[in-house]
Amino acid sequence: MSGALVIFFVLAALAVLGAVSLILQRHPIHSALSLILVMVSLAGLYLLMGAEFIAAVQIIVYGGAVMVLFVFVIMLLNAGEEERTNFSKLATFAGIPLALALGGIIAAAIIRSSGHLPPPAASGAMSSTRDLSKLLFSEFVYPFELTSFLILVAILGAIVLAQREN
Amino acid sequence: MPILENLWIIPLLPLLGSAINGLFGAKWSKKSVNIFALGSTGLSFACALEAVREFLGYFETVHHGYVKHFVDWIVAYNDLRIAFDLQIDHLTVVMLLVVTGVGFLIHIYSTGYMAHEEGYYRFFAYLNLFMFFMLILILAANYVVLFVGWEGVGLCSYLLVGFYFLRHSAAQAGKKAFIVNRIGDFGFMLGMFLLFRSFGTLDFQTIFNQAATWPPDAMGQFGTLTIACLLIFVGATGKSAQLPLYVWLPDAMEGPTPVSALIHAATMVTAGVYVVARSHVLFTHAPTAMYVVAIVGCATAFFAATIGLVQSDIKKVLAYSTVSQLGYMFLACGVGAFGAGIFHLMTHAFFKALLFLSAGSVIHAMGGEQDMWHMGGLSKKIKITYICMLFGTIAIAGFPPFAAFFSKDQILFAAYNLPDAGKALYAVGLLAAVLTSFYMFRLVWLTFFGEKRYDEHHVHVHESPLNMTLPLMILAFLSLTGGWFAAPSLWGGKDYFAEFLSPVFGVAEAGGGEASASLEHWLSVVAVAAALAGLGAAIWMYNKKVERGTSTGLHKILYNKYYVDEIYQATIVGPLVWISRKLLWKAVDEGILDGVVNGLGTGARSIGDTLRHTQSGNVRSYAVWVVMGAIVIFAIIFWPILHPALFGGAR
Amino acid sequence: MVPTNYYLILSAILFGLGVLAFVFKRNIITIFMAIELMLNAVNLAFVAFSQALGKADGEVFVLFVIVVAAAEAAVGLGIIILTARNRRSLNVERVDLLKL
Repeated sequence: MSGALVIFFVLAALAVLGAVSLILQRHPIHSALSLILVMVSLAGLYLLMGAEFIAAVQIIVYGGAVMVLFVFVIMLLNAGEEERTNFSKLATFAGIPLALALGGIIAAAIIRSSGHLPPPAASGAMSSTRDLSKLLFSEFVYPFELTSFLILVAILGAIVLAQREN
Repeated sequence: MPILENLWIIPLLPLLGSAINGLFGAKWSKKSVNIFALGSTGLSFACALEAVREFLGYFETVHHGYVKHFVDWIVAYNDLRIAFDLQIDHLTVVMLLVVTGVGFLIHIYSTGYMAHEEGYYRFFAYLNLFMFFMLILILAANYVVLFVGWEGVGLCSYLLVGFYFLRHSAAQAGKKAFIVNRIGDFGFMLGMFLLFRSFGTLDFQTIFNQAATWPPDAMGQFGTLTIACLLIFVGATGKSAQLPLYVWLPDAMEGPTPVSALIHAATMVTAGVYVVARSHVLFTHAPTAMYVVAIVGCATAFFAATIGLVQSDIKKVLAYSTVSQLGYMFLACGVGAFGAGIFHLMTHAFFKALLFLSAGSVIHAMGGEQDMWHMGGLSKKIKITYICMLFGTIAIAGFPPFAAFFSKDQILFAAYNLPDAGKALYAVGLLAAVLTSFYMFRLVWLTFFGEKRYDEHHVHVHESPLNMTLPLMILAFLSLTGGWFAAPSLWGGKDYFAEFLSPVFGVAEAGGGEASASLEHWLSVVAVAAALAGLGAAIWMYNKKVERGTSTGLHKILYNKYYVDEIYQATIVGPLVWISRKLLWKAVDEGILDGVVNGLGTGARSIGDTLRHTQSGNVRSYAVWVVMGAIVIFAIIFWPILHPALFGGAR
Repeated sequence: MVPTNYYLILSAILFGLGVLAFVFKRNIITIFMAIELMLNAVNLAFVAFSQALGKADGEVFVLFVIVVAAAEAAVGLGIIILTARNRRSLNVERVDLLKL
């Protein structure tokens, strides 16, 4: 068992743990913290795969901005423990089987096609940040500019939405 | 030969008159309407005379009928070619002169009779339209164009019988006329289809030339020709009011009297006889059909005469008389004496029109009264009308030298000579002649003699004006002289009328020389004796003070026309209406059709009602649906990878 | 090296857990977090493929996903604030005005 594998399993276990905890916790703030755990472990996994830039972005943007936003909103709205209502019979009965089915299909597809993937390259062979930026500003420059526009729109939208009524 | 090449002008003139009067006449004065109505009919008569003259000249050289092809109408591949062809031959000549001549006289009469009526212009528009269709009918050179005229005169009959449409009984009578005609027309159409199938064409010349070469059907054999002839006769039964489709004619008396004279005496009802005579080639090849025609004609003649014995409405008596006389014409055709049938058609046109117009004059004089039991003693007051009516009555009874003596005599003689059933037919026909004489003289006595049975203060009896009495006098003259064409045959000379028609019907039917000549003489004596018997009985019963008695027993049955209308109502009309109402309307239309359509609506609504439960408003349920959708999409996308493995096959 | 499959299976598991959370949680904010979880699982799969194929295309896509997720989170939370003010409850089952 190589070191990479061990690290992988640890990080994977943490991620799954966080996800399960997200489901099981009753207070949204606890779910938020669990999600942060998931994100950090995923960042670790990215590092393991050699995608440093992405790992950094994950921590900075996701963990540092999005989750902070979530936590602030929870605080703002004074969210308490979840109410135990159960109006949807469909969700109660079909929820678990369907989720399992979905995961199962994807997993089955992955496993069935595992022979077709090329073996992973050595981690250095993919020079990440430089290649990434090259691609980003040549082939994907349009989407890149559009995303900046998207962010602008989102900012405006958020401001308009969250204004207090005068 | 200008007119002959443009035969269409003869029917077209009345059509123009009808159109102009119909479209513009509402605002015009009576004089203007008269100009177009009388002018078009008169011109048509003049053109007809000229056409006859030209045709006779043409025939001298060519020796066959004149056919003119006009416009192709229906052309279906090469199978069916129907064109607006018109033809003229000797038979057409007779019909043409009768229709246009008598028609013109009746138009003149109508200017007086209808002078005080609403819708004056409408009357003449319809009357001219009728003339158009009738002329089309007799000038037609194929069955389809004839049928156009046939249907058209039926339509005009409906329009004119229901002329006083605000009166419920008149509207009903119009409908009855049209519908009963329609039943006959159905038979006629079937006959046409059969003829087309057998001969490939409906053109008269072609069919008759071909049929002449066919072997005749045996008696009792229902070959193609027999069935076709029977079907055509069904149509003739409807149009010419024979048993069992005569019921519309008495009701048609609801129309104005000139209409009764023109349509239901002189012209339209004779269309059936004309068709049978025109198709004589086919009929002579179908002895069974001829027998049927003769028997139906004879039976109708007798049947209608019995009903006419006891009627109290002056026009109804004449109506049943018409049915009876038409029976004589069909009897003639049925025994093979087509020429005699047409001869009687012509003389009947004269005296029946005369009788109807005189009756109209009486009604006009009595201010609208039609019931004979409210008349009486009019002979001194309306002399001209009385004399004309007397002429007509003497004619119809069959006294020489008036017209019908010759024509009726020929018919009875031909019937007598028919092998097998001829004597029986003759006997019934003779009996009908006795009855005819009786009820016609009864009419005269009740109307013109005896004590007056009306209130003189309410009814101012006055003679009709000249425009009404002039046609009466002309027709009276014709009723006297119209038969004289055939008179010379009585003393061994030629029957000019039969000779005139011989190019159409072949050489005269009577054969046999001396023995048959004396037989004919004896039979004519018997006929005159029959007429005298009727006259005597009428005088004995009615030349005294009479009152209307109560109607019982046989009288009641006859007065109620053997309850035939009621029987039809109960057996045919009633069930049909019931089926239409209960079955077709309630069950099929409302139940099934509406049910399906409404059911679709209700079904859609109930499906919607069921499906709306998916819109529960619960976001979590929606989330589940999203997941389900996602599963389906994933399954579709990953199917190539998943399915070989599912069944354990090789990758 | 860790076989790519392992990453992909992990991604599938996380996605499934995200779906579970999405269906079963009643607090609207928690549902949003489940969405973020699903997006993260997808990101993981992208990066795994990117590594397996040796190209950086997958990472570019991950960047875009992160951007979009952030924008969506911002706007979505704004909407949540509004609805929470109106309905005075964060329970998604209480928002059933679309019920027929």
